[in-house]
Order: sequence, then structure tokens, then C-alpha cells
Amino acid sequence: MELLLIILIGILYATGIYMMLRRSMVKLLIGLILLGNGANMLIFLLGGITKGKPPIIGEGEKILSGLYADPIPQSLILTAIVISFGLQSFAIVLLKRVYVLIQTDDLNDLNTPDTDI
Amino acid sequence: MISAVLSGFLFAMLVLLFGKYVKGKPAVLTTLLPLSLFAYFLGMLPAVQTQPLLFSYRWIPSMGIDLNFKLDGLSLLFSLLITGIGTLVFAYASYYLKGHRYLDRFYCYLSLFMASMLGLVLSDNVMLLFVFWELTSITSFFLIGFNNDDPASRRNSLMALAITGGGGFLLMTGFVLLGTLAGGYSISAMLSSAEMLKGHAWYGWVLFFLFGGAFTKSAQFPFHFWLPGAMKAPTPVSAYLHSATMVKAGVYLLARFTPVLGGHPYWNTTLLIAGAITMLYSAWHAIQRTDLKGILAYSTIAALGTLVFLLGVGTAEAMAAAAVFILVHALYKAALFLVAGILDHETGTRDVTILRGLRKVMLPVAAAGMLAALSSAGLPLTFGFIGKDLIYEATLHAPAYGYILTGIAVLTNILVLYAGFQAGIRPFAGRLPEGFRSVHLPDLRLWVPPLILATLGLLYGMIPALADASLVQPVVQALGAVSPAPLKIWHGFNVVLLLSGVTLAAGFALYFIRMPSARHQLAVDRFASLSPETLVVRSARGFSRFSTWYTNRLHNGNLRSYVHIIIIFITVLLAYKLITGVHLYFDIRTNVAPITVYDLTVFGIILFAIWKTVSTSSRITAVASMSVVGYCICILFVIYSAPDLAMTQFTIDTLTVVLFVLVLFRLPRFLRINDRKVIVRDSIISGLFGVLIAIIALEVMNEPTNKETSRFYAENAYLLAKGKNVVNVMLVDFRGFDTMVEITVLVIAALGVYSLLKLRISSSEKE
Repeated sequence: MELLLIILIGILYATGIYMMLRRSMVKLLIGLILLGNGANMLIFLLGGITKGKPPIIGEGEKILSGLYADPIPQSLILTAIVISFGLQSFAIVLLKRVYVLIQTDDLNDLNTPDTDI
Repeated sequence: MISAVLSGFLFAMLVLLFGKYVKGKPAVLTTLLPLSLFAYFLGMLPAVQTQPLLFSYRWIPSMGIDLNFKLDGLSLLFSLLITGIGTLVFAYASYYLKGHRYLDRFYCYLSLFMASMLGLVLSDNVMLLFVFWELTSITSFFLIGFNNDDPASRRNSLMALAITGGGGFLLMTGFVLLGTLAGGYSISAMLSSAEMLKGHAWYGWVLFFLFGGAFTKSAQFPFHFWLPGAMKAPTPVSAYLHSATMVKAGVYLLARFTPVLGGHPYWNTTLLIAGAITMLYSAWHAIQRTDLKGILAYSTIAALGTLVFLLGVGTAEAMAAAAVFILVHALYKAALFLVAGILDHETGTRDVTILRGLRKVMLPVAAAGMLAALSSAGLPLTFGFIGKDLIYEATLHAPAYGYILTGIAVLTNILVLYAGFQAGIRPFAGRLPEGFRSVHLPDLRLWVPPLILATLGLLYGMIPALADASLVQPVVQALGAVSPAPLKIWHGFNVVLLLSGVTLAAGFALYFIRMPSARHQLAVDRFASLSPETLVVRSARGFSRFSTWYTNRLHNGNLRSYVHIIIIFITVLLAYKLITGVHLYFDIRTNVAPITVYDLTVFGIILFAIWKTVSTSSRITAVASMSVVGYCICILFVIYSAPDLAMTQFTIDTLTVVLFVLVLFRLPRFLRINDRKVIVRDSIISGLFGVLIAIIALEVMNEPTNKETSRFYAENAYLLAKGKNVVNVMLVDFRGFDTMVEITVLVIAALGVYSLLKLRISSSEKE
């Protein structure tokens, strides 16, 4: 399964970057989200994956023992998901506003050429 | 001691505060500061004869930087020059710049400079020395550019700052290197590790950086050109900074480090060559000039070259000659500058082809000029004669190439003699032209200072014992050499006397035969395109053009080009590292969890969704497919024991899609931009990057993971925090503060979203 996940991560990274290189702002945003998913999966995979053993202490027990999924990558990813949501929602609204102002979704139209530096 | 150094800084601030009172008559009162400091250092004279005085104050002990001051013969000679000539220059300037709009600023800079220079020569810690060193460069910049409405003045002050500042940079590198090698920044402590330093593999580099600092400051070829440019400063400044004190800081530095680093072939040869080239080059240039200050500037460079040259010879005799010559030169050159300033002030010109016969209207000035010129020529009974004698003796007895070195010294002296006469005698000789009849003797404050300096030159020349035991011998001791024979006027008939005679005869002959003319200067100017100055200016322009091009290229404001650059750079860097240094392997048998039908199904759906996201031309399809990717990842979380993640991912993904659709559904379809080349290029770049990330992930999988922290949380989640969901407990309890900050970030984002949605667009914004 790890191999499949690794392939998936590679694809997510590649498509994320590819979408970021498009001219449309919406595609840029989608690319960012895909890239974020890829990064989350990478962290998840590197912590080691375990099937069917969530890091929850069972009824009547005091410590988690035996085989269990690593809680640290999980809490890291949880934080990452939430923070990236903040970023995404702000970016979406900002995008809308840019669209209302200049009536285009094309990044090229946003460039103001700097003539004198 | 510390108050002596800091008083100048305090004074500078006070002058600015009470500026309007200083500008009038009381300007001359500013003289009291250097005068009292001069008296203070004069009082130190007897104490320093026997051993150096040390003063120590703690400053930054953790970095080995302390306010350590050391007063030995060398420091004292410089301190006396700084405060003594400072006194005269302060008084001189009070009349020279009488009624100037920015007189208070001028005194502020001048006392800042004096304090920095004192600090420089008294510091016993290289870092402290460096701080003062830079301060002198900065104050020099302000003083050169004092007439800031003159473009040439501004340009030259920048040039001086660029050259000396660049040298300061080298010097700092040298000091850090030296401090690391010696294990401390104290110069006194470095003395004990002198042998180790000289044998060290990095000795050459230390010298390179140290010389870089010293040569730029002391205007050695090929960094000499800032000094003639610095003559744009008011004349008192030229006399003070650019002849008597600041430009000698480089020489001081070399002298200070002679006991530590000197005596090595690298040291001696470099100094000899640099000094000799500077001497000849600038002495030859000095006689081509027609501007008084230009002549003096080049002859000052020649004198600095001579000092460096003498330190390069390195024998005890050469050290004594250098010590005497520092004093000789400071006395006569400052006097000549001040005389030049008077001529400029009273007649309005500095052209030696015009100035004639002025002795008839300003006799005391003529006397000062003549005495100074004679001292510079080295006529018997002047202090210059003793200085020149010592130089010839030192070169004749040099360890190698004695005759060549003597030849160079004689030639330089002949030219310098001519330059000195040009500046000190020719303006006063001959018939007074009609135009100058109305010129009259200026105020006391202008002509007394040069006369004092010139007379001192004569006094020391007639009674050398005055300067010998008190000033010269301690310097030689501080340089780590054996005290030479006492100074004498008469050494009997020998080669040195013959050489002196030859110098004088040739110089006099040259003076009477060769008239100053603008032709000479024009002839020299034809080679201006080859001069180091032009090269520096050109390379500075070229560099500025290059950096503009480079900045425009990299910072073109195009997001995609930034992403390109970053991704390509990372890919190439990591790929290089992977190819050269990492052994790629992956053991399929041990590391792999079995693939079930659920896994395969989810994987298939994700692939399809990703493909759809990328390829579709409909915005809504793209967003929907993207959310499918998110939900599939959510299922993967469920399968692989991360229920919290699954819940979060599910919620967030849903919210994102809702927001997308709500806000963006009215946008048009994607632009169809079918530039095949661009698509292929971007596919290759992103594909390579994806492969690279996959390979890295594969490699990391081979490394065993450290589970110690995880175990801590797993064991203590219930015991310490009374929670059974470990991930949950970590977020809200163990790492509670992080979560709080995270919530704050979300709140800020939410506020941003809300205000952007609510903000009404005014008509002016909507073009």
C-alpha cells in the first residue's frame, strides 16, 4: 500500500505544481489545494501507516499499548488542514473581489509592468 | 581615558544643541576641547617613557569585546598630533568658515572625527579599533561633502566612502580571522602569539585583508585616487583629516601590527612594493599639478607611500625613520595646507601659475610657507633634514636591494621637494601682480597656526633632542625594535650626506628650470582612461547595470516565473544530491502493507478525479473533482486509523466546495489557452518534481522512525490529561497554546473574508 500512496503523493505534487503554473487564478487555487493534500499525505505516510488501530485508549484502560497509529503526524495534519482552510477561504474571497474589480480571471492581466526599478 | 575619548562625542552633540550660539564669535571657544585634550596627553608623556599605560572597561565580555585602551609611544605620538593639530585647525576654521550657515555642523563633524581618531589610536581591542575606524570613514564622508550643493563634492565624498568603506569591510574580515586564530581580540594578547600567527597557514589571508584595509585608508596605489578627490573638503579639513591624521590611520594600523605580524617575507615584500610604487607614482603626479591642493594631495600620498615603504624595510633604523617622518610630515604638510587655505581664502585662486609675490602683502604667511617647504625639502637645520637622513640610512642598510631602494627614495624626495617649493615658496616669490595688490594679511587665527607648525619643524630640526627621548624613542619601542642611536643633526661626511646634497641640488635645479604649467596636467589627463579611478567608476556602473538587469529578470512580477524558478532550482539541486550521494533502494518484501480491494478502488477514483480536475474546461467540474480527491483522502484516513483527520478533512472539504461554489459560480468558463509548448514544458517541470518527491518519500520510508515522543503521548494522554483520544488530547492540552494561536489565525482569516464580502466597491475603484 505504501507504494500506491507514494505514487499518489507524486501525482498530487505534480498536478498541484502544474495547476499553479496555469494562467487562471481559480486553477492556481485548486493547484494549491492539491499540493496541500499531497503534503498532508506525505506526512501521514512518513509517520508509518497502520490499519484499524486508531490512537484512542480503550474502555477501562489507562495507557495506549500494543500496536497503534502514530498520533503525532495526525495532530500535525489536523492543524495543517484547518490552517489551510483559513488560507483557502480568504483566497477564494479575494479572488472574487479581484474578478469584480478587473473582470478577468487571467493572471497575466494582473501584471503591472515595472519600468523603472 | 575613556572620558578623553568620549568627550569629543559628547561635545559634538552639545554643539548641535547649542548651534546658534556657536555660529557667532564664540566659535573660537570650541578650540578649548582639543586644547585641553592636548594638555592631558602632554601630561602623559613622562609616564609613557617607561611602560605603556593600560585602561580597561568592560563592554561586551561575552564576545570578548572590551573597552581596552592602551597608551604607548605610538598611540601617544598620534594622540598628540590629533589633538595638537586639532587645536590649530579648530581655531583656523573659526575664521576660515566665519559666518558659514552650517558652522555648527562643521564643528560637530570635526569633533566627532577627532574623538573617533583618538579612539582608533588608543584602542587595544581590534573590534573597538574597527568601530572607530569606520567612524573616521563616516565623518570623513560628511566633511568631504560639507559643501553639499556642489555636485563634485558629493560625488567625491561618495567615492571616498566607497573606497575606505570597502577597505573597512576587508579589515573587519581580517580582524575576525585574526581574532579567531589568536583566540581573542586584544592586541596586547596577540603579541604573545606572534610566532604562531606568522607560521599559520592562513597568515597570507590575514595579511591580504589587513592590507586591504590599510592601503585603502592610507591611499596606497591603486586605491590612492580618493584622496585627491577628497580635496573638495574645506581646506582645514584637508589639512587635518587628509594629510595629518586620518590617512595615517592605515600607516598606524601597519605600525601597530608590525610586532605581531611583521618580519615575515610576505609582509616586508608587499609593503615595500606597494610603498615604492605609491611613492614614485604620486610624487611624479604631484609635480604635474597646478592646483595647490592637488599638489599637496599627491605629495601627501607620496609621503604615505614612504611610510609604508619604511615599514616594509622593517629594520630598527627604518622604524625610527618612520617615527620621525610621521612627525616631520604632519608638521610641514599641515602647515602647507593651511597656507594654501589662506591663499585660497584671500586671493580666491589656488592656481600656482598665477600666484606670485605675495610675500609683500602677507609676510608671516610667507614665512610659514617657506619654513614648511624647506622642512619638506630636508634642508639642514630643519626637522625634515633629520627625517630624510634617517630614511637614506634605513634604505642603505636595508637587508636587500639597498641601492635600488635608496634610488627610489632619492628620486621621490627630489620630486617632493619640488612639489613642496611649488606650494610653499613659489606663490610668495617674484613680483607681485597688479591684481593681488589689494590682498592683505588675514586674521591672526589664520596665519598663526601654520606659523606655529612650521616653527616647530625648525625647532625640532635645530634641537632634535627635544623630540628624541620623549616622542621618537617610545614609538620605536612600541614597534618592537631596539632603540636606535639618538637623533643628531650632524653625522659627519658620509654617503647619506652626499645623497642629501644630491637631492637638494637636483630639487633646486628642477625648481628653477621647470615652471608650473597647465600643459603638464593636460598631458597627464590624457591617460585618465587608464587610471584606477576610471576603472573603479566603470566597474561600479557596470555592476549597477548588471544588478538592475538581474533584478528585473528575477523579480519580474510574474507569479508563474517565480514558481518556475523555485521549482526548477529545487528539482535540480535535489536531483543532483540524489544522483551523487544517495543509494536508491526499496525493499518491497518487508515494508509493505497488503493492498486490499478498498485501497485499489479509492486509488482509482482519486486518479480519475485528479485527471478530471486538470483536464476539464468547466470551473464547476474542476471544483467538484477536486472535492472528490479530498473525500477520497478522507476515506484513506478512515482506513488507516485516523478518525479525527477523516472528520476534519470531510468538514473542511465540504466547506471549501460550498464557498467556492457560492462565491465563484458566476465566473465564466476557463480560458482555453492551447499553447502546446507551454503545456509540454510545464508538464515536464511538474512531472519531474512529482517524481522527485516520490523518490524522496521512498527513501525516507527506509529510515526507521523514532517513536519516543509518540510513546510519551500515548502513555500519558489519560494519566496526565484525562483524555482517551490521544490526538485530541495533544491538540487541546499538551499543545494547547499552539491551538489557541491557530484559532486566532482562523479568526483573522474569517474577519478578512467577512470584510471583503461586505466591502462595497466604490465607483472610483471600478475603472
